[in-house]
Amino acid sequence: MEVRVQDIRKDFGRFPALDKVSLDIRSGELIALLGPSGSGKTTLLRLIAGLESPTDGTIFFGDDDASKKTVQQRNIGFVFQHYALFRHMTVIDNVAFGLKVRPSSRRPAAADIRKRAEDLIELVQLGGLEKRYPAQLSGGQRQRVALARAMAVEPNVLLLDEPFGALDAQVRKELRRWLREIHDRTGHTTVFVTHDQDEALELADRVVVMSKGRIEQVGTPDEIYDTPNSPFVFGFIGQSNTLPVRVENGQLWLEDRSIGLSAPGEPEGPAELYFRPHDIDLLDGCGGCLAGVVTLSRRVAGTRHVELDIAGSTRRIEIELPSDVAATPGTRIAFRPNRWRLFRS
Amino acid sequence: MAHDAVAPAAGGTSEMVRSATSESRLARYGLIALSLAFVGLFLVLPLAIVFTEALRKGPGAFFEAIADPETWAAIRLTLLVAAIAVPLNLVFGIAAAWAIAKFEFKGKAFLTTLIDLPFSVSPVISGLVFVLLFGSHSLLGPWLGSHGIKVLFAVPGIVLATVFVTFPFVARELIPLMQEQGTSDEEAALSLGASGWQTFWYVTLPNIKWGLLYGVLLCNARAMGEFGAVSVVSGHIRGMTNTMPLQVEILYNEYNFIGAFAVATLLALLALVTLVIKSLLEFKFSAQIAAARKH
Ligand SMILES: Nc1ncnc2c1ncn2[C@@H]1O[C@H](COP(=O)(O)OP(=O)(O)OP(=O)(O)O)[C@@H](O)[C@H]1O
Ligand SMILES: [Mg+2]
Repeated sequence: MEVRVQDIRKDFGRFPALDKVSLDIRSGELIALLGPSGSGKTTLLRLIAGLESPTDGTIFFGDDDASKKTVQQRNIGFVFQHYALFRHMTVIDNVAFGLKVRPSSRRPAAADIRKRAEDLIELVQLGGLEKRYPAQLSGGQRQRVALARAMAVEPNVLLLDEPFGALDAQVRKELRRWLREIHDRTGHTTVFVTHDQDEALELADRVVVMSKGRIEQVGTPDEIYDTPNSPFVFGFIGQSNTLPVRVENGQLWLEDRSIGLSAPGEPEGPAELYFRPHDIDLLDGCGGCLAGVVTLSRRVAGTRHVELDIAGSTRRIEIELPSDVAATPGTRIAFRPNRWRLFRS
Repeated sequence: MAHDAVAPAAGGTSEMVRSATSESRLARYGLIALSLAFVGLFLVLPLAIVFTEALRKGPGAFFEAIADPETWAAIRLTLLVAAIAVPLNLVFGIAAAWAIAKFEFKGKAFLTTLIDLPFSVSPVISGLVFVLLFGSHSLLGPWLGSHGIKVLFAVPGIVLATVFVTFPFVARELIPLMQEQGTSDEEAALSLGASGWQTFWYVTLPNIKWGLLYGVLLCNARAMGEFGAVSVVSGHIRGMTNTMPLQVEILYNEYNFIGAFAVATLLALLALVTLVIKSLLEFKFSAQIAAARKH
């Protein structure tokens, strides 16, 4: 189901945890809320769920105003960061819970509930563990029970708060791929919170980057990575370098040297230059370039990561070069960004 | 032998004793002997005396003493008071613990302190409070009197005093447990469509049942054994407002030792049964209790 968040504001006491947040979530999409700790991701998720009520603003489920509905009426599936499995119930009872507590008019027959729970347990690949208690499962298995339990009620939207947060890197990767498969098979509209950008970029159809209670940018993983629209997003997603430059006559200058980049139409004056370590061209001669002395060079798999002291700036810059380029400390290197952006403060 | 007897009392299994760190044998046996001597002197010996005194003239005299109509009335009254006070405090305790552990509100710290009040004031003072509230010179006393309601020196007063004194047991057992468990289980249940009542019944209650059982056991033991507060409000009307502890005192003051110790035996048995049930629960469900407490 389509979910529209409109001008939501949420205050805790005097502190605004969310400020004027609007977001359209399309039906059937897998969308990630990504941002640093305290940026309001969990708060937004809980507001959509109805576990928290907004100070201001509206949330629509389809065409219905959901803001006035209780969490029970919204029919969502919520997966908590620490699973929140019912520890005194077996796996199958956990999964069946949402169906068992329905009023008798809407409750399926006991045999159907059982069948549905078993199917879901099969779907999350836990067949054979129906009779186990949560304490007898591994972290990854608990996570999958939590997901099956949330899906059992055929939710309008599936909300996951850092679903893989408590797992080790290896299991995270497996579950990530697996979640994508499950999503593609079941087609639930899914919102998940993460502060791991790899997870967001790899898994989601669209990524919502949040900072300090606001949405910075919404876009596909490619858009977010290739065309960040704010210094925050540029700095937060992937690696990036910044240099304080000056725009003069449509050219970029670092102190008194031209970088060799033209910025037609940019207003004159100081600006910050942003570029990624791998978005550079090495130059032989320097007729307008960034030049620096290698201070550190390390090989990481197929590339060489090189740290430079740039002439005309005190900032360190990191660039990535093919591993066969010899860049021992002390070597001079001239280069020019081939993809970059200017931001003004 | 001593090893077997002491290991459980030390709060763990025999591993604890075996994993003994660096203390010398002498120190270890010294400490064990000391604790045994202490337990013997202050717990076992008095208990033994109570039982021997009660049975001094044989079981016949013992049962005769218990069958005495006034004593029998005291036993019935004690059971009645506990039967009212314990369920009330079960409900109050859950409500208070729930409010404190799961909600944020102003005055929470104050409420927490207030719950401990019955533990921190002398039971006699607790009783006096009710005398001041309901006595003939109080605010409420005359009004109640004119409506024919008798609180003081009657069963309602005894129940009130008992409820007051035993209030903290359930709440204090539950508050840390519920705080530790947080609210996410309840939120999960609600998000799955469960009503408030279903959430309480299927999720909250099972999560706290062991703590609740402990609290109720302790609450019951105290409700039946309370002396001070009840003594102040009861009026000591024979066969009417004497509970078992008060009856023990009266019989003892009348030099009816067999009678006094016979009733005391029943109270001591209650304490023993409480302990046995508690240990049994801990032994039988230790894994589940531990699982319920962690997380
Ligand atoms: N119940 C609450 N009472 C007061 N402040 C709160 C409450 N919940 C959240 N906040 C505040 O709101 C802000 C956003 O919190 P939120 O939990 O949404 O962050 P988050 O993005 O999920 O962070 P994390 O990645 O650490 O989980 C934080 O500054 C937090 O301190
Ligand atoms: Mg969070």
